[in-house]
Amino acid sequence: MRDFEYGNPSSLKQAIALLGANFDQAQVLAGGTDLISLMKDYIVTPRRVVNIKGIADLRGVHESAAGLRIGSATVLEDLFERPAPLHPFPSLRTAIAGVSSAQMRSMGTVGGDLLQRPRCWYFRNGFGLLARDSQGRSLVPNGDNRYHAIFDNAGPAYFVSPSSLAPPLITLGATARVTGPKGSREIPVAELFRTPRDASEREHTLGPKDILTEILIPARSRTLRNATYEVRERHVMDWPLVTASVALRMEGKRVRQATVVLGQVAPTPWRSQAAERALAGKELDEAAAAHAGDAAAQGAHPLSRNGYKVQLVRVAVKRALLQAIA
Amino acid sequence: MADRDERNHSNDSQREPDAKAEAGEKTAKGFSRRQFIKGSGLAVGAGVLANEGLLKAAGIESTPVVSGPGAVPVQLKINGRLHSLRLEPRVTLLDALRNHLDLTGAKKVCDRATCGACTVIMDGRPVYACTVLAIEAQGHAIETIEGIAPAHKLHPVSQSFVDNDAQQCGFCTSGFVMAVKSYLDHHPNPTYDEAKASLNGNLCRCGTYMGIRKAVLEAATKEKGGRL
Repeated sequence: MRDFEYGNPSSLKQAIALLGANFDQAQVLAGGTDLISLMKDYIVTPRRVVNIKGIADLRGVHESAAGLRIGSATVLEDLFERPAPLHPFPSLRTAIAGVSSAQMRSMGTVGGDLLQRPRCWYFRNGFGLLARDSQGRSLVPNGDNRYHAIFDNAGPAYFVSPSSLAPPLITLGATARVTGPKGSREIPVAELFRTPRDASEREHTLGPKDILTEILIPARSRTLRNATYEVRERHVMDWPLVTASVALRMEGKRVRQATVVLGQVAPTPWRSQAAERALAGKELDEAAAAHAGDAAAQGAHPLSRNGYKVQLVRVAVKRALLQAIA
Repeated sequence: MADRDERNHSNDSQREPDAKAEAGEKTAKGFSRRQFIKGSGLAVGAGVLANEGLLKAAGIESTPVVSGPGAVPVQLKINGRLHSLRLEPRVTLLDALRNHLDLTGAKKVCDRATCGACTVIMDGRPVYACTVLAIEAQGHAIETIEGIAPAHKLHPVSQSFVDNDAQQCGFCTSGFVMAVKSYLDHHPNPTYDEAKASLNGNLCRCGTYMGIRKAVLEAATKEKGGRL
């Protein structure tokens, strides 16, 4: 990898001061499970790397009246091995357990899962986030797109959002605290993500001097029935093919309000309002769950080699719903 | 004071070939059979501190906020000993172990945080040494395969691997042993399924998983003084 300056701040303020005007100048290092590999492959080549693990405020889990606060540099193993605070959120526990090795969980952080770069193999092999050839044409539509997007894939972006934690966090109404030189702001987790429209945009909304510092799951979400279902090709050492996270506000057997978010199907975590509408006011049984799964698959535009994902969406949504009320 | 002495020693050993060899031999007495056989070490700026109290003085607190990109002093606590090196910030913990300290038990295979052959234990947890920067490992306690066995004896996990035919080519074995040791340190009574899941971060291309799973369960029994 290219050589770099190493910043080791002990406060958030110091860390932000060490960041640069663009991502080539400086990158934030947390668990490193993504960044170090990207640097070894010269996909990112920052002049400076700023390690935020030395900032005590960014680690740990705290219960408060507002809800559950999780520091962005909290490693997944802390949540996996001491799951008590996550008891109301099986949806999140499933997603964390899906990061299946103790090594990955011991290194990888909550913020790192959310902000990891796409796994798209064109991106990882140096063709850029939009996977373009020398003439500026995307390599994906006629290439090997078996793991690419089936929603929001009219171009130029075809990769999928790789985060395991984003779908459950979004369904649980979680917010993200982002701190930059001008202070901090709290935004819905969904707003960390965007589909880039040109090469100047990234898949995250954070600026080069912003740091994701904390996730808050609001207290009112504790009473939501929730579940995540991941469909996998390999049980370990890989990302799911399709993920469905659901959170339900129930009234007896009826669904008063549903939130359904899919992972690994679009350049962002993909909220399925069609599935949510299909569930609202309905008594949730197997037929209703299957119907919601069908609704979630509506509007999918599979590419040449990923049509199988449409069926996986149907199944994942149905199973997540049935798990949530089991 | 101790801090400065360590670094000076390290600087000298980088410049002087004789000093390098001397430092290498000093380390060899402690734990490295391979280094002893080779006669002289690689660039080992190894200061062995007997006094644990000096760790704090030499620890991460003294690291400046920005360092590099050239070589900077890096102090690593490995298997209970403090080593002073000069490394560029881009050097991984795995490369520091293998190329600068001649601790070659952790293997370099995928070098991308996937295969597990480089697994070491940091502050009691298994990590991929290929994907931790040496400079960020400062101030943390690192255990490698070289450090887990008392002299002339195998660690119960290693012994169980031998007894259960849990390796063929053996290249992945030290990573598996470290992952399993770390797991059993925290979970002394695994079920078969838990033992299986404890191996999720390591790959064996020879496919000796059946033996490895048996080895995990046997090591768990042995470590508690029991017999199968």
